[in-house]
Amino acid sequence: MNSRATVGEMLRQHGVSRRGFVKFCTATVTAMALPPWLGAAMAEQLSKGPRPSVIYLSFQECTGCFESFMRSFSPTIEHLIFDVISLDYDDTLMAASGDASESAMATAMKDNFGNYILIVDGSIPTGASGACCTAGGRSAEATLREAAKGARVILAVGTCSAFGGIPFANPNPTHAWPVSGIVGDKPIVNVSGCPPIPEVITGTLLQFVTTGQIPDLDEYRRPKAFFGNSIHDRCYRRPFFDAGQFAKTFDDEGARNGWCLYELGCKGPTTYNACATLKWNGGTSFPIESGHGCLGCSEPNFWDKGSFYEAQSTAMWGREGESQRKPLAEFAGAAIAAGAVLGVASAGAGRLRQHEREKK
Amino acid sequence: MSMDWLSFARGPALKVAIGVFFVGVVWRILGFALLRIRREHSRPRSGLLRYVSIGLFATATRSWPHPQFVKRTGAGEALGYSYHMGLFAVILLFGPHVAFLCGLLGIHPWPVLPSSVITGIAVVTATLFAGVLYRRLTSRVMRLLSNFDDYFTWFITMLVMCTGLATSAHLGARYETLLAIHILSVDALLIWFPFGKLMHAFYIMPSRALNGAILARKGAPT
Repeated sequence: MNSRATVGEMLRQHGVSRRGFVKFCTATVTAMALPPWLGAAMAEQLSKGPRPSVIYLSFQECTGCFESFMRSFSPTIEHLIFDVISLDYDDTLMAASGDASESAMATAMKDNFGNYILIVDGSIPTGASGACCTAGGRSAEATLREAAKGARVILAVGTCSAFGGIPFANPNPTHAWPVSGIVGDKPIVNVSGCPPIPEVITGTLLQFVTTGQIPDLDEYRRPKAFFGNSIHDRCYRRPFFDAGQFAKTFDDEGARNGWCLYELGCKGPTTYNACATLKWNGGTSFPIESGHGCLGCSEPNFWDKGSFYEAQSTAMWGREGESQRKPLAEFAGAAIAAGAVLGVASAGAGRLRQHEREKK
Repeated sequence: MSMDWLSFARGPALKVAIGVFFVGVVWRILGFALLRIRREHSRPRSGLLRYVSIGLFATATRSWPHPQFVKRTGAGEALGYSYHMGLFAVILLFGPHVAFLCGLLGIHPWPVLPSSVITGIAVVTATLFAGVLYRRLTSRVMRLLSNFDDYFTWFITMLVMCTGLATSAHLGARYETLLAIHILSVDALLIWFPFGKLMHAFYIMPSRALNGAILARKGAPT
């Protein structure tokens, strides 16, 4: 396949009509909550330019993010990689292996220096001199640093690459870091989630490819179009929260009636993602709709923010998943004992003062 | 790994606050309770049982304005009772608060009121609480009697109410930020509790009972 051909040429080769292409762009623009006029602009821009080179690096991860990426409904992964981008390196998807795959990455980096899009999936372990994650004889850190030099933008896909994710969680045995902890001089767009919603990955990529600009980002460098609202604010169970109707267990009447899962530990109020609007599997459902609270997987340090099954207004006390009563009782007992010692001492001092006053 | 504000508020800060609360409350209660009571040299007017029962009776009678003073103090007492009831309703009948209490104490949750009703009660309570301050500031006698403790206790209680309202209404910032500020304000209130007039929660009934019992003991038997 000629990677230098423009997208318009590629589409004509595949028999895609201009009308069909504009419809696709309009649907993509709608999914990203962009202004409608951008659909035509996107079609124009895409059809004129060559397919941008994309290098996809996978580090300390579970491949869940890539599995999610492959399940995008709009645009589909095959449409994206055959018609819109030139996926020049991806060790999961590419047929080549060994030296052939490594030289493909080196060639793509050299030919498109300063212009390629670098997608990073997974955290970067720095412990044990980087031995925890190596490919082609190089550590993840060395590969990332080298690949980042010529990247126009870095898309950190998944919570591991965006915020460190599970490898970064306490006690972080591999000394893992997010991309932003290693690369400081390149624009980084975080597409967090464990995994991210497929359309959020492809939508963010497509927006950059078509507009050439980094989308509006929130304080965690995530596209506002997808991460602008909390799941709680867009949740179809929100009216039950407002009405004070909560499921107390996963099999009680409240759970069967679809009441709010806040008391079962739902992290919707503090999680910013498009789960409640775009949903998963082509808009079929999302975790809360399936009866399970949100885990908050698109937020930094989500693994270390207390139990997944306790309300966010509860104390973070004692061991996860265990009753807080015993550790509280032990702590309160010690505090009461300390207070009693102070109280007896104070009263003793007071009695002495009383005694001296009476003697006078 | 850095800890976010919400985890800090729910974890270490809350732990310190509850620790200070228990230490302070027990310290102050024992510090008073173990002081030597001044010896009475007169013969008691009646038996122990009578003045204990009169003491208990006094806790009820002194919790209500004397008929002679209803016109002067009735409004103030009504204000006080109203915002206390509002506070208890908000604390004990709001879902996230119940989740907090039940999670901490390991007890089964009880039914709660709709969030909109709680918000309404909280707004009324906060307004009444503002009225309490207005009354204190506009009354010359009360102003002269007031000290730092009175104003700071009012401020910290109002802070908890306002941050709670902002959190439930998602006003001004992200929910996690507002919730962290709210829990931190509760932590601050718990730390201040033993050292200010909030201790009236523990003292008010015993002191009324003790006063009633002491007065019942005095005087000649009839």
